[in-house]
Order: sequence, then structure tokens, then C-alpha cells
Amino acid sequence: MSLKIRKGIPLIDQHDKNFMYGGKFGGNFIPETLKKPIDDLTKLFSKLRKDKKFLKDRDTYFKDYIGTPTPLIKLENLTDYLGGAQIYAKVVSEANGGAHKIYGATVHCLIAKKSGKKYIVGDTGAGYAGKMLSMAAKKFGLKCKIFMGAKDIKRQRPNVEAMKKNGAEIIPVTSGSQTLVDAVSECMRYWVSNCDTTHMCVGSTVGPNIFIKICAWSTAQISRELVKQVREEFGNIPRKLKLINCVGGGSSAAGFWNEFLDTNAEFIGVEAGGPENSKLHAAPLTNGSKIGILHGAAQYVIQDKEGQIGSTESISAGLDYPGISPLHCFLKDTKRAKYTSASDEEALKAYQLVSKLENISPSLEPSHAFAEAIKLAPKIKSSEVIIVNSCGDSHKDKDIIKQKLGSYIR
Amino acid sequence: MKSKITLAFDNCKKEKRPALITYTVAGDNTKRNSLKILSKISKHADILELGFPHNTPIADGGQIQGSSYRALEKGIKLKDVFYIVKNFKKTNPNKPLILMGYYNLIYQNGENNFLKNCKSSGVDGLIIVDLPYPENINFASKCKKNSIIFVQLLSPTTSNKRMKKIIKDSHEMIYYISMLSTTGGKLKVSPKKILQKYNMIKRINPKKNLVIGFGITDKTISAFKTANGLVVGSLLCKTITDSLKMRQNPVTKLDKLVYNLKKKIL
Repeated sequence: MSLKIRKGIPLIDQHDKNFMYGGKFGGNFIPETLKKPIDDLTKLFSKLRKDKKFLKDRDTYFKDYIGTPTPLIKLENLTDYLGGAQIYAKVVSEANGGAHKIYGATVHCLIAKKSGKKYIVGDTGAGYAGKMLSMAAKKFGLKCKIFMGAKDIKRQRPNVEAMKKNGAEIIPVTSGSQTLVDAVSECMRYWVSNCDTTHMCVGSTVGPNIFIKICAWSTAQISRELVKQVREEFGNIPRKLKLINCVGGGSSAAGFWNEFLDTNAEFIGVEAGGPENSKLHAAPLTNGSKIGILHGAAQYVIQDKEGQIGSTESISAGLDYPGISPLHCFLKDTKRAKYTSASDEEALKAYQLVSKLENISPSLEPSHAFAEAIKLAPKIKSSEVIIVNSCGDSHKDKDIIKQKLGSYIR
Repeated sequence: MKSKITLAFDNCKKEKRPALITYTVAGDNTKRNSLKILSKISKHADILELGFPHNTPIADGGQIQGSSYRALEKGIKLKDVFYIVKNFKKTNPNKPLILMGYYNLIYQNGENNFLKNCKSSGVDGLIIVDLPYPENINFASKCKKNSIIFVQLLSPTTSNKRMKKIIKDSHEMIYYISMLSTTGGKLKVSPKKILQKYNMIKRINPKKNLVIGFGITDKTISAFKTANGLVVGSLLCKTITDSLKMRQNPVTKLDKLVYNLKKKIL
């Protein structure tokens, strides 16, 4: 299979019969027990995608419950301050719950309802995926369990509180590094044992193919809105347009770029570089990691020579993941998107600058994307446009920010 | 020529009992003890499964995870796993040994290279947890060319149509997962129900040796005497964990445990 993006086909559907993108990323490396539930879900989803009633339901919930569209705003002060490209933010954090994870959570709950399951489980790193799933589960009357690394439970307290308020049971995961990677493993293990009664929601565009699809199909709402907003703002899609997004698993970037796939817009993904001088980054694309199998899919992944998955370190729990979506591996190898990384320190500085100058305050995940925008903007002409996906709000990071910077501004 | 695995099953059939198949993790709790354990328990067990540890196992329960982490903390690498196999086979050349693990380690090692190492150390079979059918077709046929038995897995969720396809493509041994669970789960389905399903699968091709695993312990094993083989894993891992906690010798503990398991199926 050629490593080429085909025009007119959604990115999520550009796989071969083995569900591999470019013949080498993705697939379904899963235990036999999960074959059938995954096949069932694959069939159900491909039917629902074409079902007008389902699409109408989705759009109604997106509009009335999530609050679409989220605004596109010009960051006038930041643009003036940097003196280069015009900088805009797509303020996805305005969505109900405060981040893009609500799209996937809502769609998964709709699917769970359709498949007659009463229980839903999910993993979470920063706590957003868990918070949104617990919110949506409550809304749809589903019993919800969230798997979260013990280390993340400590550092993302506000989201943990929110999940509890929504009535979800939080299962602390104490194996391995006690972060997102272990939470995903534990969640999958739970599903192996309970797949007959329970629907599983994977929080990002990772895992067996169907979960990548559902997640990216859900977050695609971001770019469906954005295409319209960009046309309204500029009359057309600007000739020089950079769409900058942070990538951990890659769910928000996949959604932010989706509708622009066949345009000239430039895609820049920003991975978590970790603390300056640390080797424990979470940036498999930037640092040339090898392809390996993680959580059921082939992808670039941080690992040792033997194939043991490596540990990562990042100030942002949402990006602290050793792998990356097969979709992004495919976008990288086809050269459709470029990937770079920002360090913890750069992300903190970006958070500080944006929060000081503007009315928005990005969480530490999108602050990685802002760091790249801040680096690039002064070097390019004012006729060019940069749009950053501000996919989370800093409120959930206030403890970390206070500890690192001495005070929290918003 | 019949494989050692088939010979082991033939022998058990003559004795009218299931094959006792044990699972331990290579390098748990040390390289040396792991080898000693294999030597001891091979006196009672008919086939030995040896796990090569991975740090992101998506289908293992707490007990086997514990064993895997213990081995990895000791720095166990694939070359150590093959060292253990080779040394075990020096004194037990006819005892069949199956390696079990996750695909990424094979992928990084290179499929051909991995199989070469299997052959030269004396591995008789392979179980790869996260390489299901039909994704495993290529690798399974490579195994066959190298006279290594690739063990296909079946589970309660496997449809009849799929089962027939898998069995048609399978080698001499097939592994039936008794219930929806990770390894080491409590038996949540009655042995009667499990055996019903087992017999149904057997009828598809009676010649294949079909073994049952997951939820098999000293408490449940005697209920499954009619199967071709029974796999006990988590109980062994737990016994190592417990003996380390109590400062007892895991080697003698496992020897005794497997001896008792065997008595229950005679």
C-alpha cells in the first residue's frame, strides 16, 4: 500500500483491509476475546455513520448539549506583541466540560445506547476524557467507570472531583508508571472481562482501529465548524494557513485538521518535549522512535530495543503517552503534517503569555501548541494566518501552575 | 515425525487423563530460580508454558503482571529467556516447552530472528496473546516451516463460523479461553457450561488437541478431567509471590503445588 493521502476520502478510512494505514500503522493487535466485540462495534459504527437519524441525534446533542460551534477568535494582543503572522484561536475549551474530549464521550454514549449496553468504561490521563465521559454517561443514564493512573489522580485533582460529582467510579491504576499508558492497559483488561455488558470508550485516537475511527470522527466536528468560520472571516481559506495543535494521543489534532485534509493548510503537531534536558520526553514523532505495537495498534512508540514500552515525562498529563495515533504516524510519513515538540518550560511560558495578554487561558496541553505559534509568528509575514486549537482550559492545571510559577492567573 | 507436544498429548490419552500444562514467567523471581522451577515442575507437568515478560500486557490479570514486573525489574531480556529454555532442554530434551507473550517483542526482535532463536534453544510452540487470526496467518505458517507449533486461541466470544476457520488453519494444539476474563480471574462460568462449549469445539475437529485455560486452579481443576489439557498459570505466579512474602523458597513451593495439581487429575 502506498504511503499517500488519497483525496476525497476521510482520513480515518484510508486504511487497507487489515485496518492498516499506509500498510504499517494501526491494525487490531488484540486478544481473541476482543475480536467479536470489536467486529460488532465496527459493523454498528459503519451503519450508524450512514444513519440519518443517528446523525441528526448527534448534531442535536452537539448543538444543545455541547454547545457548538465553539468560537474562533483573533488574538489581537498576542499578534501585536509578536509582530508577525495573525494569530487566531479556535476556543474548543468553550465546549461543555471545557475540552474536545466531550465530542468522543457523547458519541460513545450514543453508540452504547444503540448497542443496548448499560455500562461504559474509559481511560483518562489529564482527566478530561474521564470527566467528559462521566458527564455524558450521567446525561445518557449509563453506569460509568474511569481508569486513571494514581500519579495522574494526584496531579489533576479538579477533574477527579468533577468525575466523582458526576457519579463515576474512579479506579486508580497503580501498575507501571501509574499514568495514562497504564490506565489504557487496565481499561482494556477490564473490557476483556466485561465486554458482554460493557461499552468501552478509548479517550484518544489510539487503540484498536475502531476506537481511532470513532474518536476522530467525533472530534472532526471541530474542523467542520472551523472551515465555515475561516471562510466567514477571510472570504476563503487563506493561501498561507498554519493549523497548530498539540498531540499526545492525537484526538484533538485529528479533529482540528480533518476537514482541511485536501486544502493547502499546513498542519503542525506539537508533542510534549518534557522537562528541558530530560530524556523522558513524550515525543515519539519528533524524536524518531521506532514502530511498535501498543494497545492494539502499530505506531511510532517510545520503547527500548527489546520492545518494552518506555516511560515518559511531561508537565501535561494529557500528553504524557509513549505512543501516538496511527493517523498521525500516517500523516507524518506522507509528509502531510509536520511534528515538533515543546518543552515543559516553553509550554508554561506560553500559558503565561497568552493568559496575560488575552481573554483565554489555555491548559498545559494546548500551551504546547501556543509555544510553537509564539516561536513561528514573528518569523512570518502579517498576511499569513496561524490558528491554534485551544482545546483545554488552564483551570484544571492551577495546582501545577501555582507550584511551578508561584501564582495562577487566568 | 510427531512433535513433542503431540507425543505428550498421546501419552496422556493413553493414561486417560488431561495433560497438565503449567505457566510461569521467565526470570521470575530470578533467572536461576526460574530454571530451577522448570526443572522441578517438569517432573509432574506434561507441557510447560514459559512467559516472556512485557511491561504493557493488555490481557493479563494481577498475578501474571506481578510476575512479569518482577522479572523485568531483574532485567530479564529475550536472550535470558532463550538461555533458560536452552539450559532446561539440556537436561529435559523431550519435555515440550511453549513460549507465551506479546507480539511487540517478536516484532522488535524480527520474526525470523525470533524463530531462529526459538529453534536453536529448543522451543516447541508459541502462544502470542495479541496476534489473533487472521492477522497471524503469515507468522503461523513461518512457525510451521520451522516445526514450531503456533497455538491458536479460541474464546467464548469466537463465533462458530470463525472457529471453523481458525481450527482449519490451526496446528496440533488449540487453546480455549474458558471465560471472558484476563488471566487469573475467578471462574465465573460453571465447569459444565465450559465443557459443553469445549465438546462443541472438539466436534469440529476431534483430532486437534484442545486445552482449557483461565480460571483453572487446585480448586477447579478436577472438574475438567475430560479435556485434552488444562493450563494453570496465575496460581503458580501467586504462589511465587506468596512464598517471597513469607520468605519461603519458591522452588520447593511450586514443586509441591504442581505435584498436587497433577494428583487431582489422575
